[in-house]
Amino acid sequence: MRTNDVILRTTTTLIAFILLAFSVYLFLAGHNAPGGGFIGGLMTAAAIILMYMTYGMESIKKIIPINFRSIVPVGLLIAVLSGAGSFLFGEPFLSQTFAHLHHVPIFGEMELATAMLFDLGVYVTVVGITLTIILTIANDQ
Amino acid sequence: MSNLAVLPILIPLLSGIIAALMNRKQRAVRVFSTIMMLVNLGVTAYIGWYVFQNGPVILETGGWKAPYGIILVGDMLAILLVITTNIIGLACVFFAPKSLSEKQESFYFYTFFFMLISGVSGAFLTGDLFNLFVFFEVLLMASYGLITLGGEKVQFRESIKYVLINLFSSILFVTVVSFLYSVVGTVNMAQIADRVQDVEQKGILTTIGILLFFVFATKAAVFPLYYWLPKSYVVPNPVVSALFGALLTKVGIYSILRMFTIIFVHEVDLTHQLFLWLAALTMVFGVVGALSTNNIKLIVTYNIIPAVGFMLMGIGIFTEVSIAGTVYYLIHDMVVKGALFLLVGAIAYLAGTSDLRKMHGLIHHYPVIGWLFFIACITLAGIPPFSGFIGKILLLKGGLAQDQIFIVIIGLITSLLILFSMIRIFIQGFWGEKDESFQPDKPKARAFAWPIGFLVFFSVFLGVGAEFVYPIVDEISNTLLDPSIYIESVLKE
Repeated sequence: MRTNDVILRTTTTLIAFILLAFSVYLFLAGHNAPGGGFIGGLMTAAAIILMYMTYGMESIKKIIPINFRSIVPVGLLIAVLSGAGSFLFGEPFLSQTFAHLHHVPIFGEMELATAMLFDLGVYVTVVGITLTIILTIANDQ
Repeated sequence: MSNLAVLPILIPLLSGIIAALMNRKQRAVRVFSTIMMLVNLGVTAYIGWYVFQNGPVILETGGWKAPYGIILVGDMLAILLVITTNIIGLACVFFAPKSLSEKQESFYFYTFFFMLISGVSGAFLTGDLFNLFVFFEVLLMASYGLITLGGEKVQFRESIKYVLINLFSSILFVTVVSFLYSVVGTVNMAQIADRVQDVEQKGILTTIGILLFFVFATKAAVFPLYYWLPKSYVVPNPVVSALFGALLTKVGIYSILRMFTIIFVHEVDLTHQLFLWLAALTMVFGVVGALSTNNIKLIVTYNIIPAVGFMLMGIGIFTEVSIAGTVYYLIHDMVVKGALFLLVGAIAYLAGTSDLRKMHGLIHHYPVIGWLFFIACITLAGIPPFSGFIGKILLLKGGLAQDQIFIVIIGLITSLLILFSMIRIFIQGFWGEKDESFQPDKPKARAFAWPIGFLVFFSVFLGVGAEFVYPIVDEISNTLLDPSIYIESVLKE
C-alpha cells in the first residue's frame, strides 16, 4: 500500500529549489568566503538525492536524463585541462590567472579567475561520484 | 622546459580519463591505451635523456617558489624509476587483453591502470611529503579497484585485508606528517632536510623518522609488516599481480631511500642499524615463505619479500657502493618481478593449474615460455652475466667493506634459497615426461610470450649492458649520499 506523502512532496519542491540555489551560491562564493567546488558539489548531490527519495527513481530519471557515472571523467577532464592550459602560455603546470571585467550588465565590476574552472571540475566530479555511489547502492537488490 | 617534470603524471592521468569516457568501445580503448603507453614511454625516455644532459628538471607547480608551493623534482633516480615503471606498464598493456575477460576490461580496467601508473610516477617525482601521501592514495585507490576486478569471493576476502592494512598505514602516514609539520613547520622535503640538519636531528625527530619508516615499511612489506602481501597479490588477475608486484612495494622502498638519504641522516647508528636487522629478518622470512608452498603464484609473491630485504640492506649499510647496489637492485627487481608475475600467470593459465605437483613436462609444449622462465629465474637469483648479480655484488661488497659479515652471509644464503625456490618450478613444472593427452594452447602461448619477452629482454640488458647502466647508478648514489645537492637544487640558495 502506498502511503500518502503529500507534505513531503510539497515541501521538497520548495526545499530542493533552495538547496540547489544555495549550492550554486557556495560554489561561486568559494574564492572569497567559505565554500567552493567540493561543498557545492556535495550540496547539489544532496538536493538531487532528496528529489530521488521523494519522487522515486523513474520520474527523476526522466527529469535528469544523465548517467552520473559518465560525468565523473568529464569533471576530471575539466580540472586536469584547466591545469594543463598553462602549457599553452609557457607557464608551469597548474598556474592560474585572473582578469577584472568592467561595466558588465547587472554585476558591474567582476573578477574572473581561472581557478573557477578547476573548481568547476571538482564540482562536477563530486556530484558525479556522490550520486554514483548512492544510486548504485540504492539500486542494489 | 620545467613542465617536463609533470608529463609522466599528466599523460597517464589524461589517458585514464579519456579511457573512462569512451568505455563503451572496448576495442578503441585497447588501441588508445597502447598508443598512450608508447607515447608516455617515449616522453619519459626523452626526459631521462634531457635530465642526463642538463641535470634535474624541477617544476614549481603554479609558479609558486620552492618551499611554498608543491614542487616536482625529476632527478636521475626519479626519472630512471619512472622509465622503468613505463616499461612495465607497456608490457602489461600488451598482456592485458590476452589475460583479462572482456567483462573485466569493460569495468574500467584501463582507467584504473592509468591511474596506478600516474600515482606511481607522481610518488617518484614529488618533492613534498604531503603530496607524496596524496600520490600514495592515488595509486592505492587504483589498486583497490584493480584487486577486486572480477569480483570473485576469494578476491573480496583478500582485498578486505589489503584495504584495511593500507588504510591503517595511511592514517599513520598523515599522523606522522602532522608530527613532522609541528616540529619543523614545513612539508617540503628539501626544507625539512634543511631544518633537520640545523637541529642535528634531536630525539623527537629520530622518533618521527622511525615512525615514518614503519609507514613505508608497511607499504614495502618489510618484516614484521609483510603478512598482508602474499595472499592479496595472488588473487587478482596475473596482469594486475604483475603491476602490483613490480611497482607498489618499490614505491615504499623508494620513499625509505629518499627519506633516509636526504632527511634523517644524522642518527645513522640507531636508524640504519635497525634497518640491517629488519633487512636480515625480511630476507629470511620471505625466502622461508617461498620454500613453504607449492602454489607457483605464491612462490613468486613470497620472493618479493627477500628482494625488499636486499634493498633495505643497502640502505642500512649506507655507503656509496651499497646505495648504488640498492638502486641497481631496485630497477632490476621491478623489471624481473614484472616478468615473473606475467610468466607464472601465463603458466598457470596454460597448464590449467597453479599447483606445482599437478604440472610436468610443459617444456615440450611451450619451449619459449619455458626458456623465458629459466632466464628470469637465474636473473632473479643473481647468476653472473645477469642483472641480479650486479645489484647483489654491490650490496655484498658494501657490506664486507663495513664489516657487516652477518648480513652478508644471510644475503648469500638467501640468494641460494631464492634460486632453489624458483628453479623448483622449472624442474618440476617444465621437465619430465611429455604428457600426450595434454592439449596445448599454442596461439595463446605465443600471445603471452611477446610482452614477457619484452620485459626479459630489458632484464637481460640491465645485466649485460651494465657498462652503460652502472655509471648512471653510480652518479645517482653519489648525489643521494650528499643531501646538500638535492636541497640546493630545490631551494636554490
